Amino acid sequence: MGSEQLIQSSSLTVDDFGSWTAAFDSMLNSWMPSWCATLLECVLVGVGLLLVYALLALFYILYERKVCAYFQCRLGPNRVGPWGLFQAFADMFKMLIKEIIELKHIDKFLFALAPYLVIIASMLCFAVLPWGNGLQIINFNIGIFFLLACSSIGVLGILLAGWSSNNKFTLVGALRSGSQMVSYELSVGLSILTMCCFAGTLDVAEIVNAQRDHWFIVSAHVPAIIAFLIYLVAGTAETNRGPFDLPEAESELTAGYHTEYSGIHFGFFYLAEYLNLFIVSGVAALMFFGGWLPFNIEGWDGFNHIMGYIPSVLWFLIKAFIISFVIIWFKWTFPRLRIDQLLKLEWKYLLPINLFNLVLMTVIILTGFHF
Amino acid sequence: MSNLQEKIAKLFPEASFEDAGEFRITVPDARLHDLVKTLRDDSELRFDYLVTIVGMDWKTSLGCIYYLMSTRSKQVIAVKVSTDDRDKPMLHSIADLYHIAQFYEREVYDFYGIIFIGNPDMRRLFLNIDWKGYPLRKDYDDNPSLNPVSIENERQSDFTDQWVETASGEVRKNERRIFAPEDFVVNIGPQHPATHGVLRFRTAIDGETIKRIDVYMGYIHRGIEKLCEDLNYPQTLHFMDRMDYFSAHNYHHGLCLCIEKAAGIEAPRRAQVIRVLMDELSRIASHCLFLGTFCMDLGATTMLFYTLRVREQILDIMERTCGARMTFNYDTIGGVMQDLDENFVADVKALLDVIPANIKEYNKLFTGNVITRNRMEGVGVLTNEDAVSYAITGPSGRASGWACDVRKTHPYAIYNELEFDEVIRHEGDSMARFKNRIDEITQSARIIAQLIDNIPEGEIQAKVPKVLKLPVGHWFQLVEGCRGLFGVYIESDGSTKPYRMKLVTPSMPAACVVDHITRGQKIADLITIGGSMDYIVPDMDR
Repeated sequence: MGSEQLIQSSSLTVDDFGSWTAAFDSMLNSWMPSWCATLLECVLVGVGLLLVYALLALFYILYERKVCAYFQCRLGPNRVGPWGLFQAFADMFKMLIKEIIELKHIDKFLFALAPYLVIIASMLCFAVLPWGNGLQIINFNIGIFFLLACSSIGVLGILLAGWSSNNKFTLVGALRSGSQMVSYELSVGLSILTMCCFAGTLDVAEIVNAQRDHWFIVSAHVPAIIAFLIYLVAGTAETNRGPFDLPEAESELTAGYHTEYSGIHFGFFYLAEYLNLFIVSGVAALMFFGGWLPFNIEGWDGFNHIMGYIPSVLWFLIKAFIISFVIIWFKWTFPRLRIDQLLKLEWKYLLPINLFNLVLMTVIILTGFHF
Repeated sequence: MSNLQEKIAKLFPEASFEDAGEFRITVPDARLHDLVKTLRDDSELRFDYLVTIVGMDWKTSLGCIYYLMSTRSKQVIAVKVSTDDRDKPMLHSIADLYHIAQFYEREVYDFYGIIFIGNPDMRRLFLNIDWKGYPLRKDYDDNPSLNPVSIENERQSDFTDQWVETASGEVRKNERRIFAPEDFVVNIGPQHPATHGVLRFRTAIDGETIKRIDVYMGYIHRGIEKLCEDLNYPQTLHFMDRMDYFSAHNYHHGLCLCIEKAAGIEAPRRAQVIRVLMDELSRIASHCLFLGTFCMDLGATTMLFYTLRVREQILDIMERTCGARMTFNYDTIGGVMQDLDENFVADVKALLDVIPANIKEYNKLFTGNVITRNRMEGVGVLTNEDAVSYAITGPSGRASGWACDVRKTHPYAIYNELEFDEVIRHEGDSMARFKNRIDEITQSARIIAQLIDNIPEGEIQAKVPKVLKLPVGHWFQLVEGCRGLFGVYIESDGSTKPYRMKLVTPSMPAACVVDHITRGQKIADLITIGGSMDYIVPDMDR
C-alpha cells in the first residue's frame, strides 16, 4: 500500500489481525489491479474508522454520564432503553437534526472550518493507535511522533472557533485554550519522549512488542511512574477536561470557544472532546501498560493462558477505559484551576520535573538498572 | 441619648431632635455632610455604618432619611433632610463618607429624582435610562402608555453625570466616561450562569485581568416598595418571600415584627419559638445551597449534590408544616399560619443527627483540597473598614472581622435567651466567607437543638384586629436574614396601607462591592468573589 503499509505481525496468537488483513489484501490484489485494491481498502478503513469513532463517542458519553451520576448519588440516564443504554443514541439523533443557526458578523469560512479541524485532528490520531494485535491502520517508524503532531492540529481549530465567532467570550476561551494546550503539549511530548527513550523506537508496534515481557510501567519503574503521572495530568489538560476545563469553563465563559456553535457543528466539538479523552487514555495504555498485550504475571502460567484468550482489542479498550475512568474521576471531584495557576503548574513544576525525569531515564538505560 | 443630643446641638444649632422610639436628627441640607461626617468620625460616636437611605415624598417636600449605626455601641440613629423644590430637587451627597452611599443615592435618584451634588455617578440604578417619571413620588403618573413595554434593544450609555458645586455655590453638571475608550468591555450577564440570576456586570478586562466592573441591576425589579403602598398590611407580607427566596421565613419575621411593634401586638411565646426554629432551618438550607452553588461556580459540580441532600431534608420538613418548599407564607402578623406538623420534632432531630457527618464530608471533599485553597485563599480580600463602609453584613461581613449579627447586636424574638456564637473570621477572603457559612450551619443547628425539646404549648396566633390600621408614625426593624441584615422601615399615615415601606436588603451592597474587590484580579476570581458574596438578585432589585 505504497508508504502506508498494513502491519505484518510475526506473532501467531489466536487473534492475529495482521495475518487476516494480509490475507484480505492479497485476496483483493488477486482479483483487481493493485491501485484498485488500495483504493477499496482505503474506503473500507475510512468507513470502519468513522463507525468506530461514532460508536466510541456514544459509549463515552454514556460512560461519563453514568460514572458522574454515581459520584453524585444519582442514577444517571435510565429512561431510554435498558439501563439508559440508548440515551446517547437519542442525544446524538437530536443533535443531528438540530438547526445550525446562521450567525451574522462572523467569518463564515473559518467558523465552518473550525469544527472539522478539531474532529480531523482526533480522527488522524486513531490511525496510529494499536487497536489490537496487528490491528493498526498505518504503522510507520515515527508513529508516536505522528500522533503528537496530529493531536496538535486540534488547538488550531479551537483558536479559529474562538476567533471567527466574533464573540468576546469565545475569544477569551480560545486564548485560554491556546496558552493551555501549547504549554501542556510540552509535558505530554516530554513524558512520551522519556518512554520512547526507553523503548528505543518511535514505532508503535515495536513499542508494544518491547513490552511483551514487562509493561514499561514495571520495567522502567521510577521514571516511568513519574512520566505516567505527568502524562495523566498533562493529558487531562490537553483534552480541556476538568479541572483544566478553563477554555469552556461554563461558570465563567458560558461555553468558551464553542458558545456560538449549534447543531452538528457543536456535536463535532462534543464528540472530539470525548474522543480526545479516549486517545489520551489509549496512548497511556500504549506507552505504559503494554498496549493490547494481555495482563500476565510471571510464573502463573494457567492464569496467563486464560488472559491470552481475551482478544487483544478488548485488552486495549479495557486499559483505555480504566485510564479514562481516572480522568473522569478527576473532573467530577476537583474544582477548576485559574489560568495563572494552570500555567504555573506547567512551567514551574511539570516541565522541570519532566526534564529531570528524562535525564534519570537516560541514566537508568545506560546503567541497565531496569528489568 | 441626651449626651448625643447635647453634643450635636452644640455643633449644629439648626438641628432639631425627635426621640420617639428612635433618635432622629433633622438638619437642613447644607449642614448634612458636616453632621454625618461628625457622627462618623467622632471618637465616641463612630456612626460608621450607613444602614440605608430611605427616600421620602411628604407631598409638599422630598427628602431622605439616613439610618446610621455605630459599630461600637450598636446604636441606630436617623438623620432626616428634605427639600421643598419638587422640580429639580437637590441634596448634598455623602458618597465620599460611605462607599455604599453612592449606590443608595442612585436608588433614591431613580425613584424620587433627587439629585445628589457630589455623587460621582448620578445614573438610574434599577430602571431603564429612558424611563419617564420617578415611580415612588406620590404624584407619579403610572399610565402604561408613558412607559410602554419596549421590544427594542435596551438603550445604554457609556457616560454618567456628575453634579458638582463650584466655590460660588453654583451647581454644574459634568459628563464622565465610565470606561476608557480603549477598554475591552465584556458583558457578563444579565444571562450568565455564574451571576445567579439576572445581574449584569460590564467588565473591562486586559487579557485575563479585570480593570473595572460596572454593575447594572434592575432586570428583576418588581417595584415591591411601590406595590406595598397600595396594599394593606397583611397583604404586604406576601412580597417578603419574593426577594431573598432562601430567607423567606426571616424576611417575613422582620416585617411581622415591625408591624407588631407599630400596632402593639405581641406574638404568643409558642409562635415566637416556631418562628426562630424556621429562621434557623432556613439558614441551614440557604447556606447548604450556597456551599453547593459556590463549589459549582468553581467547577466542582459534585459538591452540589452532597449539599442538596441536607437542603432537601429541610425542605421536606418545611413542606409538612408550611405547605410549601419555597416562598413560604408562614409568618402572620401576631403569630404563625398554622401549628407544627405532628412529626416536626422527630424530623428535625433526624436532621440534626446527619448535619455533623455531612459537614465533615464537605470539608473532606472540598475545603481541604489544594486547588480549592489556591482558588479561594487571599482572593477578594475585603478589609474590615471596607466591609463597614460598603455595608457588607451577614456571613460575608463577619468574615472581615465585623461583628454585625443582628441576632446579637439587636436581639429580637427570643434570641437573647439562646446560646450561640457569632462566627467571626478576620481574613476577609473568599475562603473565610466560605468557612463562615459552614460554621454558621453548626451554630444554627445548636440553636435548633436548644429549642426543639422546649417548644412551649399554647396559642400560635395573637388577637389581631380584622382591619389593621397602624397609628401615625414611623418604625424601623432589623432582623438577620440568611445573607445579612434585613431592615424594614414603615411610615404610616394612620390608614390601613403603609405610606412608605422601605426594605433594606443585604444583597445589594454585596453586588456593589464586587467592583472594589475584583480590580486587578482574574476573570475566574470574579466568579469566586461573586459566588462567595452570595447575593440573590431578586433581593437586590426588589
